[in-house]
Amino acid sequence: MKAIVNVGLKQGVLDDQGKATHHALDTLGFKEIVKDVRIGKQIIIELNSSNEEEARAEVTKMCEKLLANTVIEDYNIQIVG
Amino acid sequence: MKISVLQFPGTNCEYDTKYAFEKLGCDVEVIWHKEKKIPSDTDLLVIPGGFSYGDYLRSGAIARFANVMESVQEYAAKGGKVLGICNGFQILLEAGLLPGAMKRNDSLHFISKYHTLKVINTDNTFLSLTKKDEVLNIPVAHHDGNYYIDAEGLKELEKNNQILLKYCDKNGNLVNMNGSVSNIAGICNKEKNVFGLMPHPERAIEEILGSTDGVNMLKGFLQ
Repeated sequence: MKAIVNVGLKQGVLDDQGKATHHALDTLGFKEIVKDVRIGKQIIIELNSSNEEEARAEVTKMCEKLLANTVIEDYNIQIVG
Repeated sequence: MKISVLQFPGTNCEYDTKYAFEKLGCDVEVIWHKEKKIPSDTDLLVIPGGFSYGDYLRSGAIARFANVMESVQEYAAKGGKVLGICNGFQILLEAGLLPGAMKRNDSLHFISKYHTLKVINTDNTFLSLTKKDEVLNIPVAHHDGNYYIDAEGLKELEKNNQILLKYCDKNGNLVNMNGSVSNIAGICNKEKNVFGLMPHPERAIEEILGSTDGVNMLKGFLQ
């Protein structure tokens, strides 16, 4: 199985990349439809495990320790496969 | 005075830092990140600038787990003096030795130029030879120098005189160069033995470099 981890800035922390991209989309004619843009990163981890619960617990530890900086970032984990 | 300067893959200011402190008469040793211990006679540990581990994941995020960092944590906990410059500051934030975090500059540009800084607090070793409100001209060179701390954390920094430097114009009026909360360019911990700043004082030590304002900053550690 694998874990798909999405990491992004917390709500309330200004996302300058999202803001700049939002502005660019506005100028490209998508102003009406675009409400907000947030930019994050996706980390895909292939796992040697078939136990979803164990996998989620381990990946949570990875997020807390390294993958996200919880001072400014949130993360969510999807276990697939 | 013995100064240990850390070196990670991607560090690029270790020899500038060595040069600057040697010029001030210090004995300087560059320490590879795989070392388990920093030299026991270290009077000041410097984490210099650069792009440790290519800035992959986040600036400083991988360096903080290097072998040598455990020894740095112990050294700092015992009151040893630590100075993080640029990437070194980012590493200290990731390691939890200083509060807050770094984001990409709000302009999204890498900023490399001389910038003026205002001295905010001088009741610490680092800035003890500078004067409060003095304006220093020091180069900056970073992509991720947009300092973030929440409102509560900022109050703590202010209350404990932990804010060292803020970005300002030539006349000392504060300016926001990169999006940093409260225009912050450098801070220290509550105990005032761990210091971090984005600008590079080691690059402002000779007239030919354009400024010598960095000399009095680095000299603060030599007393």
